[in-house]
Amino acid sequence: MSLDKQDVEKIAHLARLDINDADVSAYAQNLSSILDLVEQMNSVDTDNVEPMAHPTDAVQRLREDEVKESNQREHFQKIAPQVEDGLYLVPKVIE
Amino acid sequence: MHNKTIAELSRSLQQGDFSSEELTRHFLARIESLDGALNSFITVSAERALSQAKQADQRLAKGENGPLIGIPLAQKDIFCTDGVKTSCGSKMLDNFIAPYNATSVEKLNVAGTVMLGKTNMDEFAMGSSNETSFYGAVKNPWNTDTVPGGSSGGSAAAVAARLIPCATGTDTGGSIRQPAALCGITGLKPTYGRVSRYGMIAFASSLDQGGPLTRTAEDAAMLLGAMAGFDERDSTSIDTPVPDYCAELDRDLKGLKIGLPKEYFGEGLDSGIGDAVHGAMDEYKKMGAEIIDISLPNTHLAVPAYYVVAPAECSSNLSRFDGVRFGYRCENPKDLEDLYKRSRGEAFGAEVKRRIMIGAYVLSSGYYDAYYLKAQKVRRLISGDFKQAFEKVDVIMGPTSPTPAFKIGEKADDPITMYLSDIYTIAVNLAGLPGMSIPAGFANNMPAGLQIIGNYFAEAKLLNVAHKFQQVTDFHTKTPDAFK
Repeated sequence: MSLDKQDVEKIAHLARLDINDADVSAYAQNLSSILDLVEQMNSVDTDNVEPMAHPTDAVQRLREDEVKESNQREHFQKIAPQVEDGLYLVPKVIE
Repeated sequence: MHNKTIAELSRSLQQGDFSSEELTRHFLARIESLDGALNSFITVSAERALSQAKQADQRLAKGENGPLIGIPLAQKDIFCTDGVKTSCGSKMLDNFIAPYNATSVEKLNVAGTVMLGKTNMDEFAMGSSNETSFYGAVKNPWNTDTVPGGSSGGSAAAVAARLIPCATGTDTGGSIRQPAALCGITGLKPTYGRVSRYGMIAFASSLDQGGPLTRTAEDAAMLLGAMAGFDERDSTSIDTPVPDYCAELDRDLKGLKIGLPKEYFGEGLDSGIGDAVHGAMDEYKKMGAEIIDISLPNTHLAVPAYYVVAPAECSSNLSRFDGVRFGYRCENPKDLEDLYKRSRGEAFGAEVKRRIMIGAYVLSSGYYDAYYLKAQKVRRLISGDFKQAFEKVDVIMGPTSPTPAFKIGEKADDPITMYLSDIYTIAVNLAGLPGMSIPAGFANNMPAGLQIIGNYFAEAKLLNVAHKFQQVTDFHTKTPDAFK
């Protein structure tokens, strides 16, 4: 699989990553060679193989719907870049 | 004091030969004078350590006899520690003071251990050399021109240099075992679900597992006993009782069946490492074990499948780092998208960006079946290889890493060559099995690691098999000259 500069720019946008223009072609090269490595998987037939999502095939554990944790909003917001009245601040979204 | 194992230190503390405070000051002084050459610590928490040590001394004075009371340790900087910077080796979390403790940290605190600091690591645990850390490369104490391995390279280097008796690590594709091998110490990756992942910053959630890095198997048994156990805060934690890992250490190995996979001895294996592994097999034969040739035919597919599963899960996990709630935020964002993109772009290093992008690509619309689903099917095949092997053998052995420690910078610009450093360790994570690395000799004057792989929840068996080897060999007692 060969990715070009446009592909890298598209993927970087999907991942919300700002990439320097100067680095785009190096990423295109690296990512293409990683995908080449990955494509070695195609050397084996897996048509009748059950996909494995969890190493021991465990299923999601359920619990009673009870409140156990206490509210620690102020404690957790102390490390936020910008908060006001208990809300996280970001640049204006709606004009 | 620094040449003693945890087991020996524990006896001395109980007998009152020295206090935990004296022990803690001794190791803090070693870190202060010797870590400049290694860069194995990101944060040293001296004040907190001394206060924990004083508490430990009070517990000891009251006659409490927990085996880890007063034992100094270091936490890999991926474990959240309440009130202490938890950087994960990244600029993204350079300003992050964790507001809570990881479950493993909490359990080790309750057991009475004294945390001296947080160890250096590859950024977000993505790397096999410790060169991707925002805080600079860690050096291998056996030769400071070489890497200590990664991603738990700071923990491995610190234990090998006797700057700390033991440390924690995490292993997603070999990140405990490979640095343990390259630094000549003992490292154990438990069965997936054995040690809680709560508060352990997530890289690839279906592969990550925390575990101990120590000098000996006995020490690893002591530390694992305190770290393991069910945790309702980790949705994939497994509710199985924790055995006494020290109880079975001395069990006789007569009749033990050891499988040697032929795929682990092919092209690319350094001959000195191969010799060390074969030498270890001779020791096991002397102890009455039987060596059986086996095959794990899908081994060559492990690295390719891993580089779909791990990046896919990482791109999803690392989406939380958005510059809004904690961590790095760029200056003067012009809108919300700019805030996300520049915060992430400025704070993540190149390897993390590569993996996020590979993950975003393989999960993007139209590619899911060809990549992620295919990788999950290959994962089943790899797991099936082990299942078949464990019908015939008790443990599987082979090299941990194909080569001894390589030079700093040698593989830094070539991701694929770097990824192949984990060729023998990655399949174990895909299958979710426990694996260990123990010192088995030297190749070119650098440590060679023996990997021991067990069936699910067979940690006690691995520790027994490793401990018996350490009773008849002295590789695990060797210390690099500059750190004696």
